[in-house]
Amino acid sequence: MTHILSIPWLELAFILPLVGSILVWRMRDQSCAWRWGLTLFSVTLLATLLEIVSYGSGTTRVELCWDIQQSMFGQTVFRLDGLNTPLLPAISLFYLLTFLATSGTKLQRFSIPWALFSLSVQLATLTCFDPWTLVLLLLVGVVPPLGVLHGRGKPKRIFLLHMGLFAGLLTLGWYFVDQPETTENYPWAIVVLLLALLVRCGVLPAHGWLTDLFDSSSFGNALLTITPLTGVCAIIRLVIPIAPDWVLQSIGVISLITAFYAAGMATVQKDARRFFTFVFLSHASLVLVGMELATSISVTGSLHLWLSFILSLGGFGLTLRALEARVGRLSLTRFHGLYDHSPALAVSFLLTGLASVGFPGTAGFVALELLVDGAIQANPWVGVGIIVTAALNGIAVLRAYFLLFTGARHPATIPLGITIRERIAFVTLSVLLIGAGLVPQPFVASRYRSAKSVLEQRQQLVPSKTEVPVHSL
Amino acid sequence: MLSHTAWIEACGTLVALIPIALLAILGLASLLPKRPSERTVGLLTSSSTVACLLSSLVVLGFMLTSGERHVAIEIGEWVSIPHFNLAVKLVFDRLSVAFVLLTFVLCGVIGSFATQYLHRDKGYFRFFVLFALFQAGMVIASLAGNIEVLFAGWEMVGLSSALLVAYFQDRPAPPRQGLHIWIVYRVSDAALLGAAVAMHHLTGSGDFDHIFGEVPWPNEDSHVTPAQGMFVGSLLLVAAAGKSALIPFSGWLPRAMEGPTPSSAVFYGALSVHLGAYLLLRASPLLDASPLLSGAVVALGLLTAVYAYLAGSVRTDIKSALSFASLVQVGIIVAEIGLGLRYIALVHLLGHACLRTVQFLRAPMLLHDYHTLENALGEHLQPPGGPLGRLLPSRFKLWLYRFGTERGYLDSFLYSFVVTPFVRVFQSFDALEHRWARLLRGNCSTETVRSNEELK
Repeated sequence: MTHILSIPWLELAFILPLVGSILVWRMRDQSCAWRWGLTLFSVTLLATLLEIVSYGSGTTRVELCWDIQQSMFGQTVFRLDGLNTPLLPAISLFYLLTFLATSGTKLQRFSIPWALFSLSVQLATLTCFDPWTLVLLLLVGVVPPLGVLHGRGKPKRIFLLHMGLFAGLLTLGWYFVDQPETTENYPWAIVVLLLALLVRCGVLPAHGWLTDLFDSSSFGNALLTITPLTGVCAIIRLVIPIAPDWVLQSIGVISLITAFYAAGMATVQKDARRFFTFVFLSHASLVLVGMELATSISVTGSLHLWLSFILSLGGFGLTLRALEARVGRLSLTRFHGLYDHSPALAVSFLLTGLASVGFPGTAGFVALELLVDGAIQANPWVGVGIIVTAALNGIAVLRAYFLLFTGARHPATIPLGITIRERIAFVTLSVLLIGAGLVPQPFVASRYRSAKSVLEQRQQLVPSKTEVPVHSL
Repeated sequence: MLSHTAWIEACGTLVALIPIALLAILGLASLLPKRPSERTVGLLTSSSTVACLLSSLVVLGFMLTSGERHVAIEIGEWVSIPHFNLAVKLVFDRLSVAFVLLTFVLCGVIGSFATQYLHRDKGYFRFFVLFALFQAGMVIASLAGNIEVLFAGWEMVGLSSALLVAYFQDRPAPPRQGLHIWIVYRVSDAALLGAAVAMHHLTGSGDFDHIFGEVPWPNEDSHVTPAQGMFVGSLLLVAAAGKSALIPFSGWLPRAMEGPTPSSAVFYGALSVHLGAYLLLRASPLLDASPLLSGAVVALGLLTAVYAYLAGSVRTDIKSALSFASLVQVGIIVAEIGLGLRYIALVHLLGHACLRTVQFLRAPMLLHDYHTLENALGEHLQPPGGPLGRLLPSRFKLWLYRFGTERGYLDSFLYSFVVTPFVRVFQSFDALEHRWARLLRGNCSTETVRSNEELK
C-alpha cells in the first residue's frame, strides 16, 4: 500500500488527461473516443484520491529516477495543501460525471479533448504555488473554451475582448507586484492584478463573457470551464496575502453588488441557459464576498460554499443540460410540462438548485450560515445583502422549476426519461450533497484550517490587517 | 433499567429522527427507477406517524410523572469550529410537546385520509414525499432548541407548502400560485435568518435556553434590552407574518387553496398557518422586553382578523371562505400573544387547528351536506345576514364588498409597488445587456435573442 502511495499521483493527475487529450484528438471513432475519455477521467479521479490519501498519511515519495517538478522548474511548484485537497477530487468527479451524463447524441458537440485538456490545466492551477507558473496556467486556461467556440464556428469577439483584457491586466499586474523596487506603485499594481482576476471571475460589469460563453459554447464545456472557479483560487494565492484592507473592502462591495444584481437578473430571465449563468454568477460572487471580508468565519464559509457550489451548481447545470439534450434550447416564457417524462430529473433539478441556495440538509446550508455569520461580524449590511441575494436565488430556482417541469404534459414521440448514466451521475451528486449537508463537520473543520492558513499568510505580509473580534457563539 | 432521563432522551430523539428517516427513504426512492407501491408508501407514512405519536406520548408521560416541564436533549454538535457552533438541540416543554402532539395527530388523520382521497392519483407518491418533508419540518421547527434548528424546519415547511400548492401541475394556475407563496415564504425565511444572526450577535447565542433562561415555558425571561428586543422581535414578526399570512402577506392564503384538500387542511387550516403564531409564542419573552413590539403584534393580529373577516364574508367557494375564517382566528391568536395571554393563545391554537382540519376535510362534501339539510328542512337555506349590514349605508357596504372581493387590495399593492418595479428594473438591465452584447459582437444577435424572437 505504501508503495502505491509513493507514486507521484499528483503529477499523473495532470499528465494523464493532458496526454489523453492529444490521443483522443486524433480519434475519429466516437465510441472509441468515449471509452478513452471515460477511462482517462476515471483514472484522473483515482489519481487525485490516491494523492490525497498519500498526503493525509504523510507517505514519503520514493526516489524516482528523475523528479518531474525538480527537472522542469528546479523546485516543487505543484503540491497539495488544506485549500486544494478537497477541491481536486470534487473537480475530477464533476468532470467524470459531466462526461458520463453526456447523451450519445450530444457527444459530437461535447469536445472530449478540450475537456481533458481543461481538467489538466485546472488541476495544475489549483495546486500551483509558483506565482509566475500560476499566471501562465491562468492564461492557458483561456484556451479550451476558445478552442470549443472556434470548433463550433461561433463568434468569439466578446470572449476574446474580455480574456484579452484579463491576460493583459494579469501579466502587467503581476509583473509590477513582482518588482521589489517599485514599492511606490505597489497598491496600484495590486489593483491591476485584482481587476484582472475580477474579469476572470465575471464580476460586474465584466460578466458579459460568461453569458456569451454559455450562449455560444456547448453547455457541457462551458460548465466545465467555469464551475471550478479557478479565478477564486488565483485571488487567494496572488491577491489576498498582499492586498491592503481598502482594496479587499472595495472589491467585497463590488462582489456583493454583482451577487445581488445577478440574483435579480436570474429571476427575470427568459432563457434557461442565461438563467443558469446568472445563478452561477451570483453564487461565485458570494464566494468572493466571503473571501474579501477576510475573517476566519467568512473565509471558512466561502471555502465551504466553493466546495458545495461545485457539487450543487455543477449538478444543477448538468440537469439543465440533460433537459436541453431532450427538448432543445429551453425558454422560461412558458410551462414545459416535463415532469411526467422524467420525475427523477425534476427531483435532481430541485435538489441541486435548492442545495445551491443553502436549503437545510444540503451542503450549502452550513456554508451559507457561516458566510452570513462571518459577514455580519465584519459588516451587518453585507450580511443583509447576502441574505437578500440568497432569497432571490431561491425564488429564481423555484420559478425555473415550475416553468420547466409543470404545465400541460410535453408532447413527445420518443421517450424522454432519464438514462442510466444520467441517473448514476445525479444519484452520486445527490448523495454527496445530502451527505455533506447532514455530516458537515469534517468539511467545515478542514475549510476552517485552510481559512486560518490563508489569513495567517495575510497577517504576515499585511500586518495592519487585524481580524474583527468575534463573539463566541 | 433505564432512568427517566434516558427514556425521555431516547424517545425524544426518536420523535425527531423517525420523520427524517421517512423523508430520506421516500426522497431517495424518488431518484430510483422503481417507486414503492401506494400500499408501501401509505404503510410507511402511517407507521412512522404512529411511532412518533407514541414516542411523544411517552415523553409527555415521563414529563408529567417526573414533574419536569423543560427537557432539553442535546443531539450533538453539528458544526463546531472556533467562534462558531451549530448544535442540534431539541426542547420538550409545555409549548413544544403540545404542538408536536398536535402535528402527529393531525398528520396521522390527514395522511390516512390522503391514502384514500389520492388513491390511484398519478401524483400519489409525490404527495407523500412532500408530506414527509412537511412533517419532518414541522417536528424540527416545533422541537427546536435553538433558532438555527428552527430555521431549518421552517424552510422545509415552506418548500413543501409551495410544492403542494402546485400539486395539480398540469394546469398553469397551481404552479403560479405555488411560486407566489414561495416568494412570500422567502421573504419570511430571510427575516428569520436575519433574526437568527442578529440574535447570535446581540446575545452571543441562538440557543433559546441561553437567551430566555432554562425556566419552563411560559415563565422565561429574556436578557435583552428593549431596543434589542424590538429589533430581533420585529424580524421575527415579519417572519411570522409571512408564514401565518398576516397583513400585508395575507394574499397568499386563498391562492394556496389550489392544492389538494388534504394539503389545504394540514397546511392552511391546521399546522403551517399556525407556525408563525408558534414562533411568536416561542419568542414571547422578547415581546415582554419591548412593550412597543407587543403593541405592534396586537395591532397586526387585530387588523388581520378584521381584514380576513371582510375578505372571507364575500367568498363564494368553500375552501377560500374557510381559509379566511382560519385567518380570522390566527389574527386573534396573534393578538392574544401580543397581550401576553400565552396559555389562552396556545389552547386557542390547538382547538382551532383541530376544528379547521375537520372543516377542510369535509369541504368536498359541502354540497352534499347542504342538500341533506335542505331536504330535511324542505326549503332552501337563507344566506346569513347580520344586523351590521342593515345599519351601514349602502355606499359604504358597496365599498366594503369591493374591498372584500379584492382581498383588501393587498396583492395589487404588493404587485404595483414591489413586484412590478423590481421586475421592470431588471428587465431593463437585461435589455441593456443584450444591446451591449450585440454591440460587442458587431450587431450579431445572440442565440438567446434568436430563440426569443422565434418564440414570438
